[in-house]
This record gives sequence, structure tokens and C-alpha cells, in this order.
Amino acid sequence: MAIPKVMGTEVEYGITVKGDPDFDPISSCVLLVNAYREDHAGEILWDYDQENPLADARGFQVDGEKYTPNQQENIARNKTLVNGARYYVDHAHPEYSCPEVTNVRDLVVHEKAGERILEVSRREANALLPAGTQMLIYKNNSDRKGNSYGSHENYLMDRRTSFKQIVECLMPFFVTRQVYCGAGKVGSENRGHPIDYQISQRADFFETEVALDTMVKRPIINTRDEPHADREKYRRLHVIVGDANLSEYTIYLRNGATAIVLAMIEDGAITKDLSLRDPVRAIKEISHDTSCKQEIPLDDGKRKSAVQIQAEYLEMALAYTARQSLDPVTKDVLAKWEHAVEALRRDPMELHEKIDWVMKKAMIERFMERKSLDWRSPQVEMLDLQYHDLRPEKGLYYLLERQGHAERIVSDEEILAAVHTPPADTRAYFRGECLRKYGAAVFGVNWDSISFGVDGEPIKRILMAEPLKGTKAHVKDLLDSSPTAADLVKNLRA
Amino acid sequence: MRITTTIERPARGADAEPLPVYRAAEGGQKQVQKKGGDDAGADKGAGGPQKLAKKGEKLKDEMDALVDEIDEVLEENAEEFVKNYVQRGGE
Repeated sequence: MAIPKVMGTEVEYGITVKGDPDFDPISSCVLLVNAYREDHAGEILWDYDQENPLADARGFQVDGEKYTPNQQENIARNKTLVNGARYYVDHAHPEYSCPEVTNVRDLVVHEKAGERILEVSRREANALLPAGTQMLIYKNNSDRKGNSYGSHENYLMDRRTSFKQIVECLMPFFVTRQVYCGAGKVGSENRGHPIDYQISQRADFFETEVALDTMVKRPIINTRDEPHADREKYRRLHVIVGDANLSEYTIYLRNGATAIVLAMIEDGAITKDLSLRDPVRAIKEISHDTSCKQEIPLDDGKRKSAVQIQAEYLEMALAYTARQSLDPVTKDVLAKWEHAVEALRRDPMELHEKIDWVMKKAMIERFMERKSLDWRSPQVEMLDLQYHDLRPEKGLYYLLERQGHAERIVSDEEILAAVHTPPADTRAYFRGECLRKYGAAVFGVNWDSISFGVDGEPIKRILMAEPLKGTKAHVKDLLDSSPTAADLVKNLRA
Repeated sequence: MRITTTIERPARGADAEPLPVYRAAEGGQKQVQKKGGDDAGADKGAGGPQKLAKKGEKLKDEMDALVDEIDEVLEENAEEFVKNYVQRGGE
């Protein structure tokens, strides 16, 4: 039985300092993350104790070194925010993990709130940099020099669904969803075939089908098994195959359609076998074909295009949901998924105000035409990068949005509110509110726990193994009747 | 009329950048609403070749205006900037 698709995204951002060719990305990231101040901000550790990144969903534990920063490094690199998000330095990139949400509309709001937070911190950090230098942040996945950084999605699943089943049913979906999820990219990477423009920022970087690693020989399906929740009940599917998206419509479809497909897998509703002959090859071929007509070989000998395969998933989704009473968001996702598939069938460019890769392509082509440039012009490469610039006055996505060329899903008011307010319907509420109320007494935090250091007492760790507990409905009274952290701990014990 | 949506905290320092502005001027906002409702690509109420030509021209003007706007904000030293944009790489 499909369980609610609690979800969240973690976005690694690109960072550079203009005017300082020797800038150190790690210290710049630390500066950036620390430049964002919230009133509660104390010295709070990210609690790595329970983390287990070497667990593989296929049922084993990989041998290896688990990196855990020392206390000082930890505090410098990790911020947990009052909206329940985690904002931190991941290797040499700033990363924003939004709080857990119950639906894709909230996901859009909170992922977008992350952009605002990155931008505010960027401005604050810049006030501290030497004159003539400027820190810049990009929400993308590629530097055109062979390096890639990820935009990951996380979905809560029922642990009883076998991982093998997930892989089989999901692989063709992940290979093909880029036709409405891709962020677009000028040129190719990683010894890929030369190309003017392709659909996905990440496609060229995938080298295996299923694996644990996220940084080398990247897999289309990642086997990380760190549920950050009750291990007996839950799986957290960790998805690394997507692009970083700016268009709200694209983010909405990306997580929305994926969540529906995962529910179908849990309910055994994927009734067609769409297994591909060579997924790693296909993901690149599809990315390199902006007409979206190219057919790829399936295991059963047939050939289908990415759009046809998505149409099959959509058809199964419509049949699956026809028997249910749907919430408005799911209904809306299905309608938009259907619209996208139909538009892609006719002419992908019809989606030039909805899907990132199409929006970017349309913009670049207009510019090239007017200025008599070609795909190898430095200005075209610059357009490819500046689309993802987080400065609202310079970022080209934001320019398109301001000029009415980007269909939106949520409002600026909602996004702004989410900068300081956690979702009310997941454990992010408890986490965020504890930070706001008891900030100084919080010792450490993780997704599934929060620890308090109350005067003279040993650290108390409160476990939050259920993502759907710790909501406003559950804990508001408890919090209201606990003016201090000591009261909270006492009341929890009672 | 220009509407601004900002996150508080005034900028500090001599090199302070202006506060972030995400929302469009009124005109832009209206456009979003209109386009949001349209069925992309389907011209249902076509009023003949003249109307189509006018629509095409209006679109062209809009596109030209867009290119001009982009031109204004596009990084000037594109080649150097792109060359210097290198990331360590992550997950």
C-alpha cells in the first residue's frame, strides 16, 4: 500500500569569486553559510552519529571511511535553520537541504526559499570580501570543465517494496523524464559526443545503472540506504539523476510525476515492462536529441522515444489514479504531466515558458539570431551559465520570470514565508520550532533527532523516527506549555 | 509601479548591493497571468492572416525587447568569465 510521499531536495550550488582567480571554494563556502544569521543561531552541531552513508540498499555495508568533521569544523560548516532546513558546506559546494514536506507544491515553495536564503547569504558574505571581488552563486550542475555537482531528490517509501522492483520499474522513467525536467546545457562533457545543446546538465556524467557512489562513476539509480527514519518501516529513495531546476513548473513536474510513479511501484501498478537495452547509453542519446523524437531500444526488441515511454507511464498513472479520490495537487500534477507529454509530442518548443531546457534554448536562440552568434560563441556559453545565476537582477531565469515568460506555481509571499517558517505537517515543524524557541539550548541536530544541552545535565537526544510525527498538530500544545528546553524535556518524560 | 519583495536585513558596507527584487513591474505580472492560462501553441480564436501577422510582429517586438534586456545584464567579459568558472565537483 503506497505510503505518503514525504519528500525533500538537496541542492549543491556552484560558487565562484569574481576578481579572485585563486579563491578557495571551501573557505568561501564557510563564509557564505556563516554569513546567514538567524536570531537563534548558537553553536549547534550536525549530529553525524546516526549517519550511515555506506549502507547499500541492495543489502550490504560497504567498507570504507566515513568522514566526520571535528566539532569546530562541524559548527563552522553546518547550519540548521528555523524553517527546518539544513544549510551547509558539502565538500566544496554550498548545499541547501529543504525541510521535509508532504506534497510537491510545498516542495516548490521550500526549494525556492532555499534560493532566497542562498542569495541573502551571498550578499552578506560579499559585504565582507575585499573590494573588487564578488562572490557569485549558481543553481546548476556543470562547470563545462568536466566537473559536476548534484541536485538530489528524496522520497519516503515503504520498506517492504523490494529494491529490485524499484530499480526495474524506475530505470526507464529516470532515463526519460529529462524531456520535461532537464535544465539544458550548451555542449557536452565527460567525453560525450560534441553537441550544440542538450536537454540535461547531468546526463553526460552517468556511467553506471545502479551503484552506491555519488561522485565518481555516477549511477542512474543510487543505492544509498540512510532512511533517517524508522529503518524497519521506511526507505528513503535518494535520487541523483536530476538537474538543478529554476522553473517552478519544472520542479513541480519533476517531483510530482516521480512521486506518483513511486506510489505506483509500491502498489504494483507498473504493469508494463519498459526495460531499456542500455540505460546509460540511452540517457545520453535522449539528452542529445532536442527534437525528442529519437527512439531507443528496449529489452523486448521494440524501439520507443523518451516521450512515448513517458506517455506509457502517464497512461498507467491515469489508470491507477482513476480509482482514487485525489487531492488537488496530485490532480494538477497529472494534468500538467499530460500537457507536457502532448506538447513534447507536437513540438517541445511549445513548452518555452514552462520547462527549463526549452526556456533556456528559446532564449539562447533568440539571442544568437539577433546578434549573429553561433553555439560556440563565448556569449552563448555565458548565457548557459547566467541563466542559473542567483542574483535576481542578473540571473536570466529571473529575468524571464519577471518579464512574464515563466509560468509559476507558487507566489513570492509563500516563498518568503517559507524562509522563516517550517512546514506544519512534518517533523520539520518540531525541528524548526525547537530551534526558534530553544536555540541556545540545542546541542545537536539531525533529520531524525534533536539534542538539548540543559545546564549541568547530560545531553538529551530526542528521536524523531517518524517523518509525519512532530507536526504542528502533534506538538503545538507541548511547545506552548514548555517555555524552556528543560520544560520540554520534562514534559516529554511525563 | 514597481513592487518589491525583499528579505529584511539592509545591506552593509560601501560596496553594498541593492536589495533583491524578484517581482516584476505591473506589466510583467499581468503577462504571467495571461500566459499561464493559454494553451501553449494552440491559437484557438485565429482572426485571419492580418491578426496573425500582427501577433507575429508583437511577438517579435517582445523578443527583441527581451534580447535587449539580456544584453544589458549579460556578463561583459564572457570568454574570461566562463573560462574561470571551475568547480571542484560534488555529489
